Amino acid sequence: MNRVLPVLTVLTGIVVIWYAAAVWMNAAWVFDQAQRAGQEVTWAEVIPQTMDQPRPLLPPPHQVGAELWKGLFGQAVTSKRSLVYHGIVTLKGTMMGFGLGIVVGVLLAMAIVRFRVMDLSVMPWAIISQTVPIVALAPMIITVSSQLGLSGRDVPKAVIAAYLSFFPVLVSMVKGLRSPDQMQLDLLKTYGAGEAATFLKLRLPASMPYFFASLKVAVAASLVGTIVGELPTGAIEGLGARMLIGSQFGEPLIMWAALFAAAILAGLLILTVGLVERVARRRMGVPA
Amino acid sequence: MKDKASQPVIEARGLNLVFQTADGPVQALKDVNLTINQGDFVSFIGPSGCGKTTFLRAIAALEHPTSGTLTVNGMPPDEARRRRAYGYVFQAAGLYPWRTIAGNIRLPLEIMGFSRAEQDERTARVLDLVELTGFGKKFPWQLSGGMQQRASIARALAFDADILLMDEPFGALDEIVRDRLNEEVLKLWARTGKTIGFVTHSIPEAVYLSTKIVVMSPRPGRITDVIDSPLPKERPLDIRDSREFIEIAHRVREGLRAGHHDD
Repeated sequence: MNRVLPVLTVLTGIVVIWYAAAVWMNAAWVFDQAQRAGQEVTWAEVIPQTMDQPRPLLPPPHQVGAELWKGLFGQAVTSKRSLVYHGIVTLKGTMMGFGLGIVVGVLLAMAIVRFRVMDLSVMPWAIISQTVPIVALAPMIITVSSQLGLSGRDVPKAVIAAYLSFFPVLVSMVKGLRSPDQMQLDLLKTYGAGEAATFLKLRLPASMPYFFASLKVAVAASLVGTIVGELPTGAIEGLGARMLIGSQFGEPLIMWAALFAAAILAGLLILTVGLVERVARRRMGVPA
Repeated sequence: MKDKASQPVIEARGLNLVFQTADGPVQALKDVNLTINQGDFVSFIGPSGCGKTTFLRAIAALEHPTSGTLTVNGMPPDEARRRRAYGYVFQAAGLYPWRTIAGNIRLPLEIMGFSRAEQDERTARVLDLVELTGFGKKFPWQLSGGMQQRASIARALAFDADILLMDEPFGALDEIVRDRLNEEVLKLWARTGKTIGFVTHSIPEAVYLSTKIVVMSPRPGRITDVIDSPLPKERPLDIRDSREFIEIAHRVREGLRAGHHDD
């Protein structure tokens, strides 16, 4: 209860502001219509008319909610109009990119911690890579992948998602693998432990808290990357494509519903990662 | 048995160790000569920077002497380490928080390739030795600082090294806990007959525990006095009020003071 109340308070605040903004933004259209018809309208008449326009500037929460409901449950999940269908497409891309990002991030971190030359040569580029706007890079990755003869958008989407998600994993793992102090390293030395044993028995387990902290950031970044990968021309599937369609065809409701579907997906992903983390922490003896 | 007891286990001859630091070379050990025999309990005492820890680390092959000879069981320290000559106890228990107490004690056994059955058998035995039977399944955070340090001693004992090297193992504990652990270490020493090297900065601790007290002084780190304790092997805590004890403590204090005059 103590945790729910603050969340609900903020949520209520957002909804109130949202409704106020919807009235304010959508009223212009109502006044415009009235003026053309040569009528006078009062605010009492305007407000209801801002609540259910077919193409509102800012759809109020209940309209988005209804559209979201329709998108999620209004048809079979295999329908091209189903947000569940598009959500699954995006989820697939996210998971592929997330997996690829973890593998790349962990392997690079291992190499950087092990080889000084990797630390000096790779780390700066890893940081620079994140300063390039992904929106600029995404079309290039898609072009290159089709040049390479890769049909479909799964691979380029995963690459874009991994491009964003490998970085938090890399940074955290470098810190995590380096977290054992000199005394712990000396202790292993007194056992005559080799590099493999030091890595498996000490560095790897010591890095786990850092790893899980980075996963939450990485999974969210991976979702963003996937959606960005769905935005450039040609995409017909996925929540990103749905957003683009909504915006291009002047259907703000579709766009907003896709946006919220993406937010729900992100929430579920982070929740799942958090759950996995809790199980892992309990197994590693962290007090609950 | 008499022969074995007089056998030198650790021998240092003209040992020098220089650290290269950003501020130039630092002489951590200068012309150290020392013989430690089988079954000795040797304390190294001195102010910080006197090289007592460095010497212990050199025995453990964690530091490498610049010149002179150092042998452990008649071989170079690196070789002795490969033959599991010693167990090392650090100032902090340094237990892995993600392993249970038994898991921590198994760590060296896993690395050294003991069979699972033998790991369990040895873990049970050393837990009993440090009186932690029944705590094997606990995680380190569930134990007090003193118990954690006992677990780390058990970990150092698990693979049956003849030499136990302890670097201020009780430095971070309060005096009451420290007294108890000192008693336990003596009991352990009597039961196992190990050779123990013990770094401390506490005069009573050094005198209470040792058969041989090595007094060291800093800049450069060197030995200023080696005292063979006349105290009997059997030492109740109140031996610390005896005249002999106070005399040895006095001599240690004099040795430390003499070292400081050189500054």
